[in-house]
Amino acid sequence: MDDILILALLLIDATIRVATPLVLAAFAGLYCERAGVVDIGLEGKMLAGAFFAAAVAYSTGSPWLGLLAAIAASVTLALVHGFACITHHGNQVVSGMAINILVAGLAPTLAYAWFKQGGQTPLLPGEARLPQIRLPGVEALSPIPVIGPIYRELIDDTNVLIWLTLLVVIVTHWVLTRSRFGLRLRAVGESPAAVDTAGLSVTKLRYQAVILTGVLTGMAGAYLSTAHGAGFVRDMTAGKGYLALAALIFGKWRPWPTLFACLLFAFTDAVQVRLQGVPLPIVGVIPVQFIQMLPYVLTVLLLAGFVGKAIAPKASGIPYVKER
Amino acid sequence: MTQPPPPALEARGVNKWFGANHANRDVSLAVPKGTIHGVIGENGAGKSTIMSIVYGYLPADSGEILVDGRPVSVKSPRDALAVGIGMVHQHFMLVDPFTVIENVLLGAEGGVTLAAGRDRARKELIHLAREYGLEVDLDRPVGELPVGAQQRVEILKALYRGADILILDEPTGVLTPQETDHLFRILRALREQGKTIIIITHKLREIMELTDNVTVMHRGEVVANVRTAGTSREQLAELMVGRKVLLRVEKTPANPGPVVLSVEGLRVCDRSGVERVKGVGFTVRAGEIVGIAGVSGNGQSELLEALAGMRPIAAGTVRLRGEDLAGRPGLFNARALRRLHVGHVPEDRQRVGLVTSFEAQECAILGYHDEAVYNGRVLMDRAAILSRCESEMEAYDVRPRDPTLRAANFSGGNQQKIVLAREMERNPDLLLVGQPTRGVDIGAIEFIHKRLVALRDQGKAILLVSVELDEILSLSDRILVMFDGHLVGEVTPEQADERRLGLMMAGAA
Amino acid sequence: MAQGMASKGFGMPGEVPGWVNYALLPLLNLLVALILSGLVILVIGENPVDVLSLMLVEAVGYPEAIGYTLYYATSYIFTGLAVAIAFHCGLFNIGGEGQAYLGGLGAGLVGLAMTGWPWPVVAVAAILVSALFGAAWAWIPGWLQAKRGSHIVITTIMFNFIAASIMTYLLVDVLIKPGQQSPETREFDPGTWLPSMERALGWVGVTIPASPLNLSFLWALACCALFQLFLWRTRWGYEIRTVGQNERAAVYAGISPSRNIILAMLISGALAGFVGVNEILGVQHRILLNFTGGVGFVGIAVALMGRNHPVGIILAALLFGMLAQGGGQVSFEYPNVNRELVMVIQGLVILFAGALENLFKPQVESLFRRRGSRGEGRS
Repeated sequence: MDDILILALLLIDATIRVATPLVLAAFAGLYCERAGVVDIGLEGKMLAGAFFAAAVAYSTGSPWLGLLAAIAASVTLALVHGFACITHHGNQVVSGMAINILVAGLAPTLAYAWFKQGGQTPLLPGEARLPQIRLPGVEALSPIPVIGPIYRELIDDTNVLIWLTLLVVIVTHWVLTRSRFGLRLRAVGESPAAVDTAGLSVTKLRYQAVILTGVLTGMAGAYLSTAHGAGFVRDMTAGKGYLALAALIFGKWRPWPTLFACLLFAFTDAVQVRLQGVPLPIVGVIPVQFIQMLPYVLTVLLLAGFVGKAIAPKASGIPYVKER
Repeated sequence: MTQPPPPALEARGVNKWFGANHANRDVSLAVPKGTIHGVIGENGAGKSTIMSIVYGYLPADSGEILVDGRPVSVKSPRDALAVGIGMVHQHFMLVDPFTVIENVLLGAEGGVTLAAGRDRARKELIHLAREYGLEVDLDRPVGELPVGAQQRVEILKALYRGADILILDEPTGVLTPQETDHLFRILRALREQGKTIIIITHKLREIMELTDNVTVMHRGEVVANVRTAGTSREQLAELMVGRKVLLRVEKTPANPGPVVLSVEGLRVCDRSGVERVKGVGFTVRAGEIVGIAGVSGNGQSELLEALAGMRPIAAGTVRLRGEDLAGRPGLFNARALRRLHVGHVPEDRQRVGLVTSFEAQECAILGYHDEAVYNGRVLMDRAAILSRCESEMEAYDVRPRDPTLRAANFSGGNQQKIVLAREMERNPDLLLVGQPTRGVDIGAIEFIHKRLVALRDQGKAILLVSVELDEILSLSDRILVMFDGHLVGEVTPEQADERRLGLMMAGAA
Repeated sequence: MAQGMASKGFGMPGEVPGWVNYALLPLLNLLVALILSGLVILVIGENPVDVLSLMLVEAVGYPEAIGYTLYYATSYIFTGLAVAIAFHCGLFNIGGEGQAYLGGLGAGLVGLAMTGWPWPVVAVAAILVSALFGAAWAWIPGWLQAKRGSHIVITTIMFNFIAASIMTYLLVDVLIKPGQQSPETREFDPGTWLPSMERALGWVGVTIPASPLNLSFLWALACCALFQLFLWRTRWGYEIRTVGQNERAAVYAGISPSRNIILAMLISGALAGFVGVNEILGVQHRILLNFTGGVGFVGIAVALMGRNHPVGIILAALLFGMLAQGGGQVSFEYPNVNRELVMVIQGLVILFAGALENLFKPQVESLFRRRGSRGEGRS
């Protein structure tokens, strides 16, 4: 009984750890897409965050400075995206694509030149990584059935960024539904002309949104290289930015469903690690690749309306040009 | 020794260029406080432009705006709202999924969170609704409201922001006559309370009925500022157009032949499945023009598009020269209908009738591009296409006469001539025409009307859909009135006058 | 999404000459991208002028380099055309990568199966099968867009990942040469290989140095010509362009948007699939993982820079071919430079030539207008 509980807890624990960067990136996408700016450049911004977090954490020894650097780098790229798409009405897909390719080249190029370790940063010592949060009372609670193991395995010794991510989810929900900024953000993604004629600046609102996107992708990147991992390696995002985009669509651009989609995708990943080579009843061994592509297939099915219907913010992807 | 109070709103010497187009030329006007002021002019006369400048939506190139006699700098809608100017745009500026209250709050939330502002807004809106007859359900998404109610939301938005001067741009275009009456009652109530109203329109009837003073614009200039009581429709029309206007088209009585189109029990749904045409039946004979009158949005557009094969029909029969087409998708589609000699001039030439990025010669074969004359076995015959376009341009006096110029670079009237030439020069037995003169200058209107009558006199059947009553009255041999998806009556132009038609269009007769 | 590119509207007095749009603005954008690339090179501690000029030499400075450059350009022409045909139908096909991958599978299966056949037969078969595979992979997103309204940008992105998973599975578990560690198939019979340009020119007595450049380059050029004729000289091209520019006008004209969306995606996928002929049958001679290496994405840049026109696409493909070849070589010479520098430059070029294409437009246009109006004043 206890073994099954422990196994389940380990699975949940793995799910949460895999889900954290996905959640951050998906919520990053949520802000800008709800404001009407499509961003397929989440991947690139996350990768830039991962590199600068590791590079600065290694050089200064401080993971917090690394986190700041990651956020600064991602916000810079987000501003580039904004400059192209908001100010110059450029194609949002092309801009996102360009940023992905640029960073996929730039991060290893800089790593190669600065650290001479073949496109990665040196391994980070423990104190240069974002800390785990130790909670009191683990020993005291341990003997209690169910609650004890849950507290020990799941809640204690969790990375600070995971707690922060939880906060991001809650705050995002609140901001979107209860705050003035959220109202304006949703409005500018649905009907920028209404926002404009209400005396608000479409440009300013959209820039605010992409900056938030930058902040959150920076955090996602820092998590990858200074919390989950211990240093930057080439292509370490490995498509997580696109997966986050899929989760955002799967969650229909709403906070809680998006969180759920991220957890679902992360869970399939955690299960897949456990299932490798294990034969299942009836179907036998499922090749790992098929489990890996499950999130993408699900997203396609959703977009096709075979599982629910995803309706994007009406103005997303369309640059705002005043009509005469 | 009391000086007259300064006008609530004044514009002095405003100029605005769009590229080479001088959209506003030294525009000056003054609106006294507590009056309803009309601004009238043809399409493209610059009336929407000057109001967008007043509202800070567009920057002026030169000139001055004064509110209550003080010069103000209005660089954005925010500035305009700050000095008490509110605007109701022709296309409503609403966020469809938002509730009425959220729409009103947007930009005037009154705090970082929504909760407090929402309660305050609710109280204020209930008060405003009672005072001016602006009832709407505050908690419904505006996308679900009828257009009349959406317009009231726009007015509420302006009033909630403390507007003392309210500008309405073509407010009645989408309203039924009753909704229009309701709106006018609201506007009069606002005037009683000392608000200043500016209404932009091209409808003379509304100007005469509602306004105290009127400014007439023509080609970007103010040509007259007059008191409404001291003028007449005819005088305003003449000022608006810049010359005497022929209100009726010269034509002989029709000489109808056999039935070309006969429709029974036709039902058509729009994309979201809502039934827009609810069982209509009528016939069109060779040699007559049948006009369908109605307020925009009562199913005429869907009817026309369905008959042209652009949308599926839900039920009913459609006979062309006696042959039933309904239920025969092989024949009843846009491509096949052209082969059956049905021409179609769509309501919206820019979005439907043309591909504005194409050259004129490419537009001249739109819909006919797969005919054998333009095609070899694989490649298209460029010379045939070019000569076709040249001859059509010649026949319809399209200017400039350049088949390689992109359609976007022609004026509205010339674009319409390209479409008309394409559809009429192929000698259709049945011509479906929607809004043939919308956004077209007066000279081209006369030309187009003459052409349509000439086609009729050649013994062709013409079905005309127009929201311009004048056009329906002057062109049609028989008039059908459409309301809420039904045909509610048939009259001859001799029996009909605007008042009677107006009642029918409102479903009241 | 391509609508933004189409609508121009109001009053365009004294239009600027065409070459400004087609040549001057792209060159200006390219220049900015190169200057920024230079800055990156400076940051990593090398001299930008030296690195960039060496890149140029290594790309076109001697015959062998030119061969390599053209070999890269071949794949870029295919994917550039693939993106362009979809663009003309108003579609953004980001799935060139996956379609090229599948096209390679098709070409590779032909190579594996047709041992003993003469190479011209194999080549024709590979062209057909790679087109079929690529088209099939593009057909699903096309069908979903046309019939179910799912956004093609997202579905094609997803299909890239699905393609990668399937190919990994096939190569790891199914097609792998038995008794081998790396996930690759066996090598094809040399008789089926698509002849290299060196060999082909050898038959007519011309000697050039060895390079991966092969006969598929000629097929790429032929595709450009066919593309031009198809799109602007046939009724089918007319219909695709109508749908892309104005879908409602297409419906009005009796042109089915969904049929043309699917058709454009089929052609797009087929064109991307030809990458497989170049890479698998012409160079690698076996199916291997990730042989596409981003060609699908470069194709987007090529199509954008080439203004979706075959001539422009050839020029842009050459530029990106030079980048790929020159950039790769530079990394051997400079200790601080590695291959990924190419991606930096690619990314910057896409950013400035694509997303920021309007960056200088207002200034340049007003410059020309002013000159134009002065001219009018004098006459």
